Amino acid sequence: MIRVELVKLVRRPRSWVSLVLLCGLPVLVAVFVAVTHLAPPPGQGPALLSAVLSSGSLYPAAALAIVLPIFLPVAVAVVAGDSIAGEAGSGTLRYLLARPVGRTRLLAAKLIALIVYTLSAVILIAVTAYLTGIALFGSQPVVATPGGLTTSDIAATSLSGSGLTPADIALRTIGAVAFIAVSMLGVGAIALFLSTITDSALGAALGALAALITSEVLVSLNAASAVNPYLPTRYWLAWIDFFRDPIVWRNIERGFAVQAAYVVVFLAASWAHFATKDITS
Amino acid sequence: MIVTRGLTKRYGHLLVVDQVDLDVREGDRYGFLGPNGSGKTTVVRMLLGLVYATSGEITVLGQPVPKRVGEVLPSIGSLVEGPSAYGHLSGRANLALIDAAGKSGSRRTRGSRIAATLDRVGLGGIDNRPVKRYSLGMRQRLGLAAALLRTPKLLILDEPTNGLDPQGIREIRDLLIELNAAGTTVFLSSHQLSEVEQLCSRVGIVDRGRLVRQDDLETLRALTGRSIVRTPDTDRAREVLDGQIELAQGSRLVVADADTAALNSRLVAHGVRVTEIAAERRSLEDVVLSVTGSGSDRVDAGDGERR
Repeated sequence: MIRVELVKLVRRPRSWVSLVLLCGLPVLVAVFVAVTHLAPPPGQGPALLSAVLSSGSLYPAAALAIVLPIFLPVAVAVVAGDSIAGEAGSGTLRYLLARPVGRTRLLAAKLIALIVYTLSAVILIAVTAYLTGIALFGSQPVVATPGGLTTSDIAATSLSGSGLTPADIALRTIGAVAFIAVSMLGVGAIALFLSTITDSALGAALGALAALITSEVLVSLNAASAVNPYLPTRYWLAWIDFFRDPIVWRNIERGFAVQAAYVVVFLAASWAHFATKDITS
Repeated sequence: MIVTRGLTKRYGHLLVVDQVDLDVREGDRYGFLGPNGSGKTTVVRMLLGLVYATSGEITVLGQPVPKRVGEVLPSIGSLVEGPSAYGHLSGRANLALIDAAGKSGSRRTRGSRIAATLDRVGLGGIDNRPVKRYSLGMRQRLGLAAALLRTPKLLILDEPTNGLDPQGIREIRDLLIELNAAGTTVFLSSHQLSEVEQLCSRVGIVDRGRLVRQDDLETLRALTGRSIVRTPDTDRAREVLDGQIELAQGSRLVVADADTAALNSRLVAHGVRVTEIAAERRSLEDVVLSVTGSGSDRVDAGDGERR
């Protein structure tokens, strides 16, 4: 069944279009920045973009920062929201279940397809961004400081900074990729749950995005500080801490924990609901 | 093959299926007949384990459903509320996916099985166009192909001839009769009387969620004890059959006498020319109309609150 779901994913034009768009946006940004040499000053615009001008090897991280706020969650929510509701909407769900495919098995196969999609999206973005970065900005050595990244020319005056080898940068980027993938699975789990409730794939995807926007609003609200640590988007940007020296693990760990909790809770809810649901689509 | 006891389904306050006791025997061509919205599809979904019954028992192929539905479904081919497929893929690709899903058939024989099944439903020469470019009739045939893919022992078909033209309906009927002769039990749910009348050997009639009649088609279409006579000599016939004629419509006479042979010789002996004579049978339509109300898609004033 897992193979069937993967075949469906691969043979669906939408999967490829979304991947091309996800990888294309950072490339577009890189071209503009490279042509104009006008990067946003540190602290403004997408994270890390200012550091990229002097070293392209940081561009994968910058690219992920560009697609993270909207593009990536939208893509993941669409795929996850489609997983059960899409089958219900097209009427194929009843034939799958009458085949028979066990409901738990179907849900598990959908989840694995979703994980594969999310991972390939994040990794593809990182790889294309690396190639783009190296081609457009070259690769000078990078220096990480407790305050974040600087590049060698600035860091020469900074005593606390230490040089990052390309292997270092690669490892830290892999860490960031893993963190972002897990964060996206949190979104996916919410969308998957909604997908078992409604027969409208669009409704499930939009519902998950509504949850994220709500979370973003609450994160920025002091009055909501009591729930702040439990919001799904609270630690989304914690992966930037991978590029400090030394790496600040506190928020990264919390981020992993929060996302894991969301994934477990919503997957359990999806399963409980789907396994006992009347299929009337 | 299919036995239900007191099968009941409620959605909130709405009673959709009410105490249905189905009995479909092996080798039957069973017609499950009822007006729109009478609960046919809900029963079919419960038989397949898609919808869970509120109360009652279901046994399909000797196994309790939905408890062990996973064991019986591989021997059942189904078509529920119209066919459906992934529109961006070809018919062959759709069948390959459906075949690979669940306890998949052997991958080595998949191609040849799909080709044979497509042949069977009259899509043997289909090209690689995506299903979204199929006509309604082609989709219906593809849905049937999916149901037949694993040579099922039991076929559960909900309105299988929807969208087919008369030739297509005939073809599918012949195919189902052929499959039935080879040992497949056919359970056909339909609101089309003619379809059931021409195909089925047993009929269950459902109305507003209740099974109101279940019997062999021959029994349902019992003789009425009257004969239909056609003759050009109606005046002469009236004299001979004095008082026995219940109804005269031009050359057609309804005679209160079940013995057509005796009736015929009597008429001929008296010089009445008989062009046609036959025992009258109840039509399935009469039976159905006598035991069912109007379909739920008709809502008369003051009727809306009733269900």
